[in-house]
Amino acid sequence: MKNFLNSLREIRKYPSAIVGSVIILALVIAAVVVLITMPYKETIDFWRGGEASWYANPRYAPPKWFNWFRKDKLVESFTMKDTEESEEDGVVRVVEERDEGVKMITETFTFDYDYDTFPQDLAIYFTAQYDQKQPFVSLKWLTPDGREIKVASFAVGPKQTYRFIQDDKLQSKRLNGIVPNIGLFIDPEDPNQKVVKGTYQLVVEAVTFEADSNYTAEFVLYGQVYGWAGTDNLRRDLSIPLRWGIPIALTFGLLAALFTSVLTMIIAAIGAWYGGVVDALIQRITEVNMVLPFLSILIMVATFYSRSIWVILGVTILLSIFTGAIKGYRSIFLQVKESTYIEAAQAYGAGSGRLIFRYLLPRMIPMLLPALVSAVPAYVFLEATLAVLGIGDPVIPTWGKTINDAWVDAALYKGHYYWILQPAVLLMITGFGFAMLGFALDRIFNPRLRGM
Amino acid sequence: METVSEPIVTSKPEVKKSSSSSAFQRIFRYSFVRLITLFVTVVIGVYLTIMIANMGGYVDTIMKAEIRERVTITVANNQAYKNMPKDQLNELILERIQLEEKRMGLDRPLVVRSVNFLKNAMTLNLGRAVNMSSDAGSRQVRLIILERLPYTLLLMGTSNLVLFFSAMFLALALSRNYGSIWDKIVIALTPTSSAPAWFYGIFFILIFAAVLRILPFGGVMDAPIPETFIARALSVLKHLILPASALIISTFFLSIYNWRTFFLINSSEDYVDTAKAKGLQGRDIERRYILRPTLPYIITNFALMLIGIWTGAIVTETVFQWPGLGRTIFKAIGLYDTPVIVGTTIIYAYLLAITVFLLDFVYALVDPRVKIGGGK
Repeated sequence: MKNFLNSLREIRKYPSAIVGSVIILALVIAAVVVLITMPYKETIDFWRGGEASWYANPRYAPPKWFNWFRKDKLVESFTMKDTEESEEDGVVRVVEERDEGVKMITETFTFDYDYDTFPQDLAIYFTAQYDQKQPFVSLKWLTPDGREIKVASFAVGPKQTYRFIQDDKLQSKRLNGIVPNIGLFIDPEDPNQKVVKGTYQLVVEAVTFEADSNYTAEFVLYGQVYGWAGTDNLRRDLSIPLRWGIPIALTFGLLAALFTSVLTMIIAAIGAWYGGVVDALIQRITEVNMVLPFLSILIMVATFYSRSIWVILGVTILLSIFTGAIKGYRSIFLQVKESTYIEAAQAYGAGSGRLIFRYLLPRMIPMLLPALVSAVPAYVFLEATLAVLGIGDPVIPTWGKTINDAWVDAALYKGHYYWILQPAVLLMITGFGFAMLGFALDRIFNPRLRGM
Repeated sequence: METVSEPIVTSKPEVKKSSSSSAFQRIFRYSFVRLITLFVTVVIGVYLTIMIANMGGYVDTIMKAEIRERVTITVANNQAYKNMPKDQLNELILERIQLEEKRMGLDRPLVVRSVNFLKNAMTLNLGRAVNMSSDAGSRQVRLIILERLPYTLLLMGTSNLVLFFSAMFLALALSRNYGSIWDKIVIALTPTSSAPAWFYGIFFILIFAAVLRILPFGGVMDAPIPETFIARALSVLKHLILPASALIISTFFLSIYNWRTFFLINSSEDYVDTAKAKGLQGRDIERRYILRPTLPYIITNFALMLIGIWTGAIVTETVFQWPGLGRTIFKAIGLYDTPVIVGTTIIYAYLLAITVFLLDFVYALVDPRVKIGGGK
């Protein structure tokens, strides 16, 4: 054991092992943080909530760090909401009581627009409570250069959305035929259609006609970039699968690697110790398993039976135990079996179980560790592989699933590179982190590779 | 996981001095036992695949439900049966369902079917596909596989051969200049082999197809198909570059590293030192004292690489829309087409068994220390 720890200390001599360890440590910490801050059920419900969860996000918006590399800044998405209880920055709500329960509610949304490009869309989401008579709203748009554009006036239903770019009247009559998401942000006299930068105001004047009638408005500016990870075709925030992918990838990779390498070793030890029929049986099972097409079987299980990540994990482990590795371990155990200390243990009457688990197996920990760590990337990528084939776990948002979503939507063809690159880079970092550490461990613990 | 360079020779004959029994008898007995073992292994493996492809009978339930639905819809939509009385119509549907189940063989229990199926598979009588057909329109599993095989052989053959020889010769050069900067670079790059081929494929598509627009996204031929043979060949070649490079790069550095380490271990043998002490040329030492004794290992890897060519790469072919065997297997699984799944498995199983069997004899030919059946 002391030898083992001494060898472990040699890691410091391998820069790649240090980098690998740091990556793994960072991933583990990130995974724990994700599990604590993003509870499974709520995250999944939110992720799968459809338009209800994601209506306020733009489609296909790259992450906002894209702006770091661009001269003309892309618009960031934002939402401004006003409720009676709380007022957000930039939203002012003034209520004026008139006669007979008639109220005049004026809301002003003020925001700075400092970008060089135009938003995807603008929208206002209204909710209104009333008995008989609908509240009536009129919208005004105030530009930094002091112009006032009358946008629209209409009666509001219980739940109503006003989308600026779908308003043909606004486009044709008030913006000289220019699409509103551009027309509202330019000087009509300017032939270059350059953005007028500065503070814009959207004024929503509403009249309610009943005493207990009320209404709220939420202004959404759908930008060109969104959040730290961007959004996909369904407006979903990609930071959720990117973050949730960490614990999933680590759990799948580590559990599969741990179970396969430990079980392989135990079975090899049992075979080598008992010999005869047991050994022959293990050898034959291994040979049969080598004939079986591994990936095809996993695909069959996922297609025919269950796509749950736990079922796939179980089948993966089952199929990965009896592989070529078992033969390698067996030959080493056969050598160890002849050692004098085993003979001594036998002489004082140690049973087979004790001999296998207390004398044979501990000797192999130095072999086990590099094998275990090196096996992790393969399983991390296996999970992603199944997801890319479209047979990943249907519920959990993972890296592979994101790549698959992007692939199905032809993201590379359409130019939404961030959508595929982000999960791919995370997969790569994870895979390489474990591979670098495992590789260095192999060089430390494998006596034949020492100094090579 | 599939690693190319892992030697999975089932039992290497043990190295031993000559024994007394007659060589012919010994070889015969050994070959016989070995053949039987391998055959039984293949039988069990194929039977397991059949059972898995049917999920132990679960797929039957799915397929029966599917037939019921399909037949009911077809009959309901048929104008000719519009005015038929209800019970007569139901009878008609039931009759059709039975007919369809009989066509697919679902009327017999799975145990009987699977044994039958096994017998046919082992005799390479691959039968007819359930749902799939070849592009030429045939339902024969043999023809479906044969139609896809050339594409897989082209893709896998190119990448595996390039990978095998380039990795081996580069490794030999590295082991000569052990500790050089190139050696260090290769070692540092070895972890890149932890990512599978499709992963590099995505990056390649991104760079060369999406951004640079110099190579196609996928497929095997330009549309419309070029007129002349040379133009067609060039078009295929152009489509081959990305998937083949993805397959090569995904194991390239690990292969070099494995070969390099292997050569280094073998060049630290005493007899190599002796040869050096005798003052032999570096090339001669390499050929006679390093390559010659390691020939069995090299041959094993080469043989396993050769049979690996026949299996196809499921994900890489899917990502690149390469019409090979791998994509056919994936499609077959999606369509519950057991005959096609088993057909591809059996070919691989047979190739593997035959290779493993032949390798024993090849060892005896190239390595004078090895004697067939000499272990006992």
